[in-house]
Amino acid sequence: MSMQAAAPAVPGRLTPRQQFWRRAWHHKGLVFGASVLTIIVLLAVFAPLVAPHDPYRQDLLARMIPPVFLGGTWEHPLGTDALGRDYLSRLLYGARISLMIGFVTAFISAVIGSTLGIVGGYFGGKVDAAVTFLISVRLAMPVVLVALAVVALLGGSLIVMMTVLGLLLWDRFAVVLRTATKQVRSMEYVAAAEVLGASLPRILVKDILPNVMSQLIVIATLEMAHAILLEASLSFLGLGVRPPTPSWGLMISEGKEMLLFQPWLIAIPGVALFLVVVSINMFGDGVRDITAPEGRN
Amino acid sequence: MLKFVLGKLLLAACVALTVSAVSFGLLHLAGDPAIALAGESATEADIEAIRVNYGYDRPIVVQYVDWLSRAARGDFGTSRFFNRPVSELVSDRLPITMMLGILGIIFAILLAIPMGVLAATRPNSWFDRVALFISVVGQAIPSFWFGLILITIFSINLGWLPASGVSGWKNFVLPTIVLGYFATPALMRLTRTGMLDVLASDYIRTARAKGLPTRKVLFKHALRNAMIPVVSLAAVQMGFMLSGSIIVESIFALPGAGQLAWVSISRNDLPTIQALILIFSMFYIVFTFAADVLNAWLDPRLRVS
Repeated sequence: MSMQAAAPAVPGRLTPRQQFWRRAWHHKGLVFGASVLTIIVLLAVFAPLVAPHDPYRQDLLARMIPPVFLGGTWEHPLGTDALGRDYLSRLLYGARISLMIGFVTAFISAVIGSTLGIVGGYFGGKVDAAVTFLISVRLAMPVVLVALAVVALLGGSLIVMMTVLGLLLWDRFAVVLRTATKQVRSMEYVAAAEVLGASLPRILVKDILPNVMSQLIVIATLEMAHAILLEASLSFLGLGVRPPTPSWGLMISEGKEMLLFQPWLIAIPGVALFLVVVSINMFGDGVRDITAPEGRN
Repeated sequence: MLKFVLGKLLLAACVALTVSAVSFGLLHLAGDPAIALAGESATEADIEAIRVNYGYDRPIVVQYVDWLSRAARGDFGTSRFFNRPVSELVSDRLPITMMLGILGIIFAILLAIPMGVLAATRPNSWFDRVALFISVVGQAIPSFWFGLILITIFSINLGWLPASGVSGWKNFVLPTIVLGYFATPALMRLTRTGMLDVLASDYIRTARAKGLPTRKVLFKHALRNAMIPVVSLAAVQMGFMLSGSIIVESIFALPGAGQLAWVSISRNDLPTIQALILIFSMFYIVFTFAADVLNAWLDPRLRVS
C-alpha cells in the first residue's frame, strides 16, 4: 500500500490512496457509523468534563425526575434514577464501560483468534486440523451460559468480564483469518519470500498479516459490538458488572422495576446501547465493502 | 457417504468430550464449590469437612472422570438449591426451551428466507433497503431490551399479550419474536447473497431462456442451491438460540432450562450449571452434525475432503 501510494500520480487519475478515501467518503453507512462512533468515543473520553453531575452521587430528594423532553428541567437533562443519580452523567460514564469492554475484549480475542487462524491457515495439515478442532470446541460451548457462570463465580469485576469474554469470542477471528491466510499463502510473493530464506515469523508478520488486516479489522468491529451486547446482557441479568457501576445493562435492569410508570428509564440506556452497536456494525460493514476487491467499481 | 458420516460422528464425539472437560475445568477453577456450599458463617473446619464429604479434595481429573461416567448414565447429581436430582429438574424444564427454540427458528426462517429471496431479486430496490434495515436493527438491538420494549407496548399499554408465565399459547408470542428476531439478520443476509450468486449462474439463465415462469425459476431452481449454506447456519443459530433462551426466559419468566440456568448460576448450584452447559453444547453438536450430513446429502461435492 505504501509503495503504491508513493508512485507518481498520473494527472487526472487518482492514486490508490485517494481512491480509497473517495470510496470511503462515498459509502454512506461507513461515514454515518464512523461519525456517530467518533462522537460517542469523544463523549466517553471527556465524560468527566461533559457530565453535569457526579454519576455516583445520590440525592433522595430528587428521585426519578423525568427527562427534559418529558417535563423535567435542564438541571437534569435526562432526569434522575430511583436513587436520584443524574441519568445523563451515568449514561456518559456508562459509555466508557461499554467501549472499554468492547476494545479490550476485541483485542484479547483478536490476538488469540488471529494467531490460531494464521498459524492454521499457513501450515495446513495436522496443525490446521488442530485449529479447526479448537474452533469446533469453542463454537459448541454456549457463550452466554459459560460467560455468565464463570463471571458469576469469579465475581463481576470489569477485568474478569473482559478476560472471560476475550477468551470466549475469538472463534470468528480464527475462522475468517484461517481462510484468508490460506488464500494469501498460495500467492507467489509468499513463495518468493520463502525461497529468499525469510524467517517464518517474518513471513507471517510481514507478508501474511498485512494482507489479512482488513478482514481482521472487520471482525474486530463485529466482535466489539458483540462484547458490548454481551456485557450489557450479563449485567442486566445481575451477574455481570456490580452496582453502583454505571453499566448500561445494569441501568436497564434497575429501570425495569419502574417499567410501568417510568419507561424512559429503560428507553434511554437502551437507545444508547443500540446506537453504539449500530454505529460499530455500520463502520465494520463499510470497511468490508470498501476493502473487499469485489466492492471496487 | 457412510465413511463421511462416521468421520463426522467421531469428530462430534471428540468435540463433546473436550467441551465437557473444558467447562468442568473452568467452573472448578473459577470457584471453590466447597466454600460456596458451606455458606458465609462456615469455619475453615466446616469447609474442609464438606470438601472431604463431597469428594472435592480429590484431584480434578478424578472428579471429572467420576462426573462424566455418571453423566453418561444420566446421573448429574443433586441440585443443592432445589434439592432434587438435576436430571429431573432439567427434563422438567427442557420442553419449554425446546418449544421456544423451535418456534423461534420457524419465525426467523419465515421472516428471513422470503425477505432474503425478494431482496436478492431486486437488489438496491426499496424492498432491499427495508430488508437491510431490518437486519441492521436486528443485529444491534439488545434482546433483553427489545423484550422489555415489547412488554411495555403489548402487555402494559395495549394489554394484548401476557408479560410472563406459561398459561397458554399467548405466553409464547413475545418470547418467540424476541428470540426469532435475534436469529433473523444472519439468515437473511446469507439467503440474499446466496440467491444473488445463484441467480447469476448459467443454469438459471438457461431456465429463464427456456421460458419458465419467474416463480418457478426462483423457488424451484435457485432457492434449492442457495439454501445449502442457509441450512447449516439455521442449525448453528438454533444452537445459539438455546443459549439466548437464558435471557429471553428470564425476561418473560418462562420456567424453561434457560431460566433454570440463570437461577442456578445466581445460587452457585454447580451440578445444575455443569449439566446445563453439557446439554446445551450437546444440542449444538447434534444440530451441526445433522446439518453437515444433510448438506452432504444435498451436495455430493461436500462428501470429499
